[in-house]
Amino acid sequence: MDNLQTYLYISAILFSLGLYGVITRRNGIAVLMGVELILNSANINFVAFARFGGMNFSGQVFALFVIIMAAAEAAVALAIIINVFNNLDTVNIDDARELKL
Amino acid sequence: MTGDMLINYALGILFFPLISFIILIFVGKRLPRQGDVVGIGTIILTLILSLAMFGSMLLSHDPGFRHEASFTWIDLGDFEIRLGFLIDNITIIMLLVVSLISTMTHIFSTKYMEGDIRYSRYYAYLGLFTFSMNGIVLANNLVSLYIFWELVGVSSYLLIGHWFEKDSAADASKKAFLTNRVGDIGFFIGLMLVFTALGTFNYAEVFEGVAKGAISGTLLTFAGIGLFMGAVGKSSQFPLHIWLPDAMEGPTPVSALMHAATMVAAGVYLSVRLFPLFTPEALLFIAYTGGFTAIFAATIAITQNDIKKVLAYSTISQLGYMILAVGTGAYVAGFFHLVTHAMFKACLFYGSGSVIHAMHHALHNLKDHDTDPQDMRNMGGFKSKMPITYWTMLVATLAISGVPLFSGFLSKDAILAGTLSFASHHPQHFLLPVFGFSAALITAFYMFRLIFMTFHNQPKLPNVYSDIHESPKPMVFPLILLSSLSVFIFYTLPYFNPLSDHGWFMELIKAKDSMVPGSPSAHDIAEGMHHSHTLTMILSILVASLGILLSWAVYIKNSVSADNWSKRLDLYYNLSLNKYYFDENYNKYLYQPFLRLANRVSYIDWDLYDKYFINGFGHITKWLSSVTGRIDYDGLDQTIVDGLGRSMGKAGSSLKEIQTGRLQNYMLFALFGVIIIIIFQSF
Amino acid sequence: MDNILSWIIWIPVLGMVAIAFIPREKQDLIKQVAAVTTGIQLLVAIVLWSTFDATNGTFQFMERAEWIPSLGISYILGIDGLSLPMVALNALIIFIGVFVSWNIDRAVKGYFALFLLLDTGIMGVFLSLDFFLFYVFWEVMLLPMYFLIGMWGGPQREYAAIKFFLYTLFGSVLMLIALLALYFACGETFDMQLMIERAPFALDGVVWWGMSAIKVIWVLLFIGFAIKVPVFPFHTWLPLAHVEAPTAISVVLAGILLKLGVYGMLRINYTMLPDAVWWFSGALAFLGMINVIWGAMCALAQKDLKKMVAYSSINHMGYLLLGMAAVIAGGSANGSNLMAAQAGMNGAVFQMFNHGTISAMLFILVGVIYDQAHHRDIEGFGGLASQMPIYTAIVALAFFAGLGLPGLSGFVSEAMCLIGAFPVFRTIVIISTIGILLNAAYFLWAFQRMFFGKLNEKYTKLVDINNRELFTVIPLLVITIFLGIYPRPFLDMIKETMSILIDQVVVVGGIAGIF
Repeated sequence: MDNLQTYLYISAILFSLGLYGVITRRNGIAVLMGVELILNSANINFVAFARFGGMNFSGQVFALFVIIMAAAEAAVALAIIINVFNNLDTVNIDDARELKL
Repeated sequence: MTGDMLINYALGILFFPLISFIILIFVGKRLPRQGDVVGIGTIILTLILSLAMFGSMLLSHDPGFRHEASFTWIDLGDFEIRLGFLIDNITIIMLLVVSLISTMTHIFSTKYMEGDIRYSRYYAYLGLFTFSMNGIVLANNLVSLYIFWELVGVSSYLLIGHWFEKDSAADASKKAFLTNRVGDIGFFIGLMLVFTALGTFNYAEVFEGVAKGAISGTLLTFAGIGLFMGAVGKSSQFPLHIWLPDAMEGPTPVSALMHAATMVAAGVYLSVRLFPLFTPEALLFIAYTGGFTAIFAATIAITQNDIKKVLAYSTISQLGYMILAVGTGAYVAGFFHLVTHAMFKACLFYGSGSVIHAMHHALHNLKDHDTDPQDMRNMGGFKSKMPITYWTMLVATLAISGVPLFSGFLSKDAILAGTLSFASHHPQHFLLPVFGFSAALITAFYMFRLIFMTFHNQPKLPNVYSDIHESPKPMVFPLILLSSLSVFIFYTLPYFNPLSDHGWFMELIKAKDSMVPGSPSAHDIAEGMHHSHTLTMILSILVASLGILLSWAVYIKNSVSADNWSKRLDLYYNLSLNKYYFDENYNKYLYQPFLRLANRVSYIDWDLYDKYFINGFGHITKWLSSVTGRIDYDGLDQTIVDGLGRSMGKAGSSLKEIQTGRLQNYMLFALFGVIIIIIFQSF
Repeated sequence: MDNILSWIIWIPVLGMVAIAFIPREKQDLIKQVAAVTTGIQLLVAIVLWSTFDATNGTFQFMERAEWIPSLGISYILGIDGLSLPMVALNALIIFIGVFVSWNIDRAVKGYFALFLLLDTGIMGVFLSLDFFLFYVFWEVMLLPMYFLIGMWGGPQREYAAIKFFLYTLFGSVLMLIALLALYFACGETFDMQLMIERAPFALDGVVWWGMSAIKVIWVLLFIGFAIKVPVFPFHTWLPLAHVEAPTAISVVLAGILLKLGVYGMLRINYTMLPDAVWWFSGALAFLGMINVIWGAMCALAQKDLKKMVAYSSINHMGYLLLGMAAVIAGGSANGSNLMAAQAGMNGAVFQMFNHGTISAMLFILVGVIYDQAHHRDIEGFGGLASQMPIYTAIVALAFFAGLGLPGLSGFVSEAMCLIGAFPVFRTIVIISTIGILLNAAYFLWAFQRMFFGKLNEKYTKLVDINNRELFTVIPLLVITIFLGIYPRPFLDMIKETMSILIDQVVVVGGIAGIF
């Protein structure tokens, strides 16, 4: 259990789950949660490579950055979703198609 | 007289008439008497100068006399043309003839042309005519000759067309000029042939070149015939004789001037001057042209009823004689005939002018404008009314018929002797003397026919007859003078033998040898003439008397009826009366086809070539441009350029379907992209 | 006077600028300015004539300035015995032309401005010694002509103008090709004197598409110039342009523009490609003969007086071509007959000048009767001689000059051309002499139909030629008569240059000879 592979597998599963959530969920909140999963799978990778790759603490530092970024991102994304909800009375992202020309 | 003085005299003779022309043309109408005094004054000055030259020639009595003076007209380095004068005895005699006849014409015209609307213009043209003719006479080279040659043509054009309101006069003047130009083409070609071979235009140098053989054989023959073509045109030889009878449309004094001394004499003068360069072949051509013309014109003259037409054809016939003489080598005889003929022919024309003048007045008083004043059938019996005209014309007629005691006998005799001697050396050319003698016979016949019809018998139109008067003095004076000059003695002095041409003339004009190697020498020709002299004399007296007798029998005694004969020889009579239909045939087979050709050419040029071919380029270009335009717009622009755009548009519109606006779709695409990249990476 | 040649070229432009500042209503002032301008130009031309050194056949009064050095283009002017008579003729004809156009009443300002521009173009062509400059002036001259015919012409003026323009432009294009070919062959220079030195040798043996380059260039240039002359079969623009153009423009067209073609051939073809002259002279003589006969036949058939005179120009130009072809008589192959070569070449240039004066006179006279009768139908007149005696006399003289009557200048030059061409082209010349007859036929026939016979009653109100018209004709008439009687003053001016030209063809052409 003490090798890189295991962590990478976990991270890949987590990423896939996140991706699946992002692509398939109609609920904006759920999509956001998928994004969090993806970010965290990346964090696992950073830390795992830092631990097994002999790279001082850069991995950990990046993981911290990502967590902060994720927090910021969640704040902004939730604000958007609230706005969407205010405007469209739904958080279903299929209905938010203003990007289409 | 020294040579230089002669040149000065010659300059005066040449330019006085020109000065008269210039004065009269500009201010003639404003001068008293419309300026005819200017014309007469200058021409008398000219006559005096000519007489002075003539006198000095007689005094010095040098047959070999010649003097030349030239100046450089064009000098381009190698190409040089020098114009100038040649004065020898031939020139001097000819100058006198021209001045004399011209003076007579000037004097005669004061009455004949009185009251004409363009009186001063008429005198101006006479001056120009005299000037041009004297230029021909004085020329010492072919270029001067050609220049004055054409000027004579123009003067005749202006004078024949003097009454240009009449269409016939306008036609006649144009015809004269153009027919002459046909001959001039030959002249110019001959001139170029000579110049190309010898590099000079000067007579003496040309003869020298010919003698050296620098030009010889066929080329020289052609050059000679070419130059002679000029004479054919001017001297109205067959087949270019057609203009001369028509030229009678001009005033009668002009006809006298033209037929006696100027225009038509120029051709003979040219042949005489250029005699040394004619090859035997060319001379033969000349002889036959002349001989045939002599008889041919005589046969026409015999049936003409217009008094001037008879004289016109007789002129053609007599010119044929002179040309014949040149052709047989007896060119001095030809020149002699030119001089004697000038006197009696001018006299005859003035006589006819006098008759016409009288007829005209009589008809005018009767207010008759339909009767032709020139038709001999309207005359008759004028002898008692116009005695001076009658007697002078009779003298001239005797002279032209070749009756002894008159000048025509001497010169005609010399020509016929030359012909006979030529034929005795070349028996195959027996036709030449036949032409000569039969023409002499016919001449005697029709000239007396003219006299008899005009002056003898009963008047045909009694009411006109009663009003006929003798012409005034200025018209009678030339008649008297010229008829006296038709007496033999003026040509045979200091001898008095009426049967021999021996005299000052033959002493001063000595025949020169032909320069063409192999030609008979002048001496041989003279020898031959001498031998056949007696026979010729007998024969020519015989034919002359025969002709006169026949005429007398027909027109006085009426023992032979002219009408019967004309009916019996119907075909021939009509041919002759209609001048062998030359005008008609020329018109039908030459002028009209040519005009049609010109029209066709012009049509081709303008309506076919330009319209279809040249404009065709325009049409083709327009068509091509419309094709390229279509290719450009429909093909290139619409299909390719716009097509590219359109296909882009189409591609865009189909691609835009994938832009759903759903983030998740985009993510999916991104995922696919990543997967594809990974798949590619893994290989 | 320094820069006399530049002055003579640019004086009309000064006049044009002056006219541009005159209000359009002041028509008389415009005409006066034009008259003064061309008058000054004529005076300068006379000064030039009298100071020209006739014993020297090379270029005189040279001017040289850089223009576009990078392309070897300069502003070079010079005059020799070939261009001098043309310059003098042009100055005279243009001066007379101003007075002929005196009764123009439509758009006077534009008319005279263009007229003066035309003058500059023509002078420039005659005087420039730089091929490029030559070409520029050649085109400058074309444009005003187009407008002058197209705006002030007769009923079909637009058609005539565009035809003239396109036809001539087509020629210019061919010329341009030849110009560039010569430019590169001569080491990238447009200086004509250098080109004359180099071109005969530079192109030796060069072959393009299986043809000798010299022949190709010669033919290109020839067609370009032949259109202007015009040589059969490039002649059909001429009658049309003449018929439609206003009188003064016809006068300039016949008097000067036709000469430009011949001038170009002598200045460029004969000097730069002398060996091709040998090759082409037979065709040149043949075309000359066709011109003579064809032009005369067409003239004979015309009903329109002006068209007849136009065809007579074609006829007269034929003699000139014969004279030009005579140059090869001077070669050793033809027995070094310099006599014939000189007669032919001098005759040709003399014929250029004489045709300029005579045809100008003829067109002025046609204009005189047209102004009064408003038609030009030969058959429609008749008997005018009694109504207009002075006019008749002058027309008679002009017609006689046209038919080559000795004593008038046309005869001398035509005779020289024929005599010159005779030794080499005997048959062709003999056939051409028929022209002597045809010339007389069409002129005299027209004369008879117009002036002889009974006066047509329609024309009893016609008045005789007026003083202004006399003023335009008399100088030409005097020149015609004077040179007919004594041609030396003219021939002495040109003979040295002609000798150089003959040498160029005979000697240089002989050395370089590729044939």
